[in-house]
Amino acid sequence: MSLLQLQNVSKSFGETAIIRDVSLSIAQGEKHAIIGPNGAGKSTLFNLISGRYGVSSGNILFKGNPIHNLKPFEIARMGLARSFQVTNIFPLLSVFENIRCGLLWSMDYRYSFWNLVSRQKALNARTEAVLEEIGLHDRRNFPAGELAYAEQRALELGIAIASGAEMILLDEPVAGMSHSEAKNAVALIRKVTEGKTLVMVEHDMSIVFDVADRITVLVYGEVIASDVPAKIRGNPRVQEAYLGEVVTGDGVEATHA
Amino acid sequence: MLRKSIVWIVFAIVLLVLPQIFTSIFSISIFTQMTIAIVFALSYNMLLGQGGMLSFGHAVYFGLGGFLAVHALMMIENEEMMFSVTLIPLVGGLFGLIAALFIGSFSTHKAGTVFAMISLGMGELIAASSLILVSFFGGEAGVSGDRTYGPPFFGYDFAQGIEVYYLAAAWMFVATLCMYLFTQTPAGRMANAVRDNPERAEFIGYSARRVRFISFAMAGFFAGIAGGLFAVNYEILTEENLNAASSGRVLLMAYIGGLGFFIGPIVGAIVLTLINSLLSNYTTLWMLYLGILFVLTVMFLPRGLTGFLMMHRVPWHLGKLRLLAVPYTLTSMPGAVFLLGLVAMIEMSHASGSEFVYLGIALNPDGYGSWAFLLAVTGVAFYVLRLTLPRLRDAWSEANTITRKPDHAAKESGGQS
Repeated sequence: MSLLQLQNVSKSFGETAIIRDVSLSIAQGEKHAIIGPNGAGKSTLFNLISGRYGVSSGNILFKGNPIHNLKPFEIARMGLARSFQVTNIFPLLSVFENIRCGLLWSMDYRYSFWNLVSRQKALNARTEAVLEEIGLHDRRNFPAGELAYAEQRALELGIAIASGAEMILLDEPVAGMSHSEAKNAVALIRKVTEGKTLVMVEHDMSIVFDVADRITVLVYGEVIASDVPAKIRGNPRVQEAYLGEVVTGDGVEATHA
Repeated sequence: MLRKSIVWIVFAIVLLVLPQIFTSIFSISIFTQMTIAIVFALSYNMLLGQGGMLSFGHAVYFGLGGFLAVHALMMIENEEMMFSVTLIPLVGGLFGLIAALFIGSFSTHKAGTVFAMISLGMGELIAASSLILVSFFGGEAGVSGDRTYGPPFFGYDFAQGIEVYYLAAAWMFVATLCMYLFTQTPAGRMANAVRDNPERAEFIGYSARRVRFISFAMAGFFAGIAGGLFAVNYEILTEENLNAASSGRVLLMAYIGGLGFFIGPIVGAIVLTLINSLLSNYTTLWMLYLGILFVLTVMFLPRGLTGFLMMHRVPWHLGKLRLLAVPYTLTSMPGAVFLLGLVAMIEMSHASGSEFVYLGIALNPDGYGSWAFLLAVTGVAFYVLRLTLPRLRDAWSEANTITRKPDHAAKESGGQS
């Protein structure tokens, strides 16, 4: 059974159609990558799934329930978490607080103003565990805004996974990282999404082909292919979309240079 | 945990002992004003500092709570109700809460400019209607009551200023404790998160609007308690207590004290109450100085007076605080002369007649000599002040140079709450 299903989803901003009639199905436990040239609508697609934008037409089903009319916080409560392309953390809060806030709802604290967070043993233990997992344990008391870029990206990921969501959307998780940082980040992503359903937008083809079980190629808001990596690599329409670039397992190599 | 309890115990002892040291009626009246201002300023900081909501109309909840509290006093006086005056602040708080629940239901939809404009509009609306709805607000004259009726509280009837002080201090202590504990609850932590990044909060399961609404309701409740204390203390409320000027004053308190710290608004409330009640004895221009203090704080101390004090935590932990003593003294001497010179010129331009005595020096506002003298003194002081700055700067960076584990000191500087 598919965990997430998009049925004929379209999104226009005014006259401009950004997403055109996208249908997509992502199975439980799948590691799915969405690729495509700049401006293809990858981030918009994430924003539609996570409820940041409303769809113009079509349905989005999560665990079989329609979510396209829900608010972001309602979707998040169902177990769908996301990270952002541009780092989106709580800059004045400590690293520890960032993660703990990510946990609060999933641990059923809701809007309570009668529990003291410092007294909640399970909450704090779980926060520590997430910090350990993302390797920011020794940074726990720093204001998140003062972390190095790669650390902020790790924190971004940590907030997304803290709640233990079944499905995690990662928008360009290694963008702007050095090669070695990206390598560590990919290892981290593998570790923390173990046993979960992952959908990620990524430009780095070596990472995409390394991590993904299935790949969807989005061009000008349309899905031109959605298949296992081996078939995507050989797909002529995909080759064409990348303007004569050859999509290989090692990355996109320009042949026209 | 123990360290925190000690802070609260010391706080309680200070509140108990203070009027035994400064026993004059005047100082006790100032202490009472301070306690009221502290509750009000802390409640305001639940919005601005903790929740990221810039309100220009927070006096509405203070004022509405206060007005209802005066009506409750009148009902006790007329024997329509029988309860102790000690509970009056709670009446104010509940009415502040009700008003905040109503207004917050639409004003907390967005933070930022939208929230600020709605708060301003609601503030003006309520202040204007208070002059029209005479039966509740009493028009220009306001409403007044008498706190000495009702069943005495362990023999006290609150006729004495000191009795009112202890009542206000007790309420302030409890309110402060509650507001502090609120910051440590899930709703309080999420208020900070929503302040920092409302969008991200939505993606971790929280409605930013709901989080703001809860903080807003709490802030209204505690502002109402402050209004109730005001009603008990002054026994009169007028339109002045809920208008834009009052809303502005509480903003100044919180900002000058420091928004990023729980104790910031307490510091601000104390400083502003002192300026208000002491400085106004010496000059009619005290509002001007308050305005200057505010502008200087915004420009040079964005984290407020508390932020300035907290900047010294790193040198203190490094054991280098004494490196600053001499440079501070050297800078503050010409600094003080410069400020006094400026103040002299401001006061002299405001003075009428040909005689103006300032710090024992007879000056003539109409004569060029006095002006030239003041300009010279101020100018030289400014020049000397500038000369001392490089040394202060060097000492500051030396005092902040970490000689211990790098982790530790950085941790100390990151004490935002």
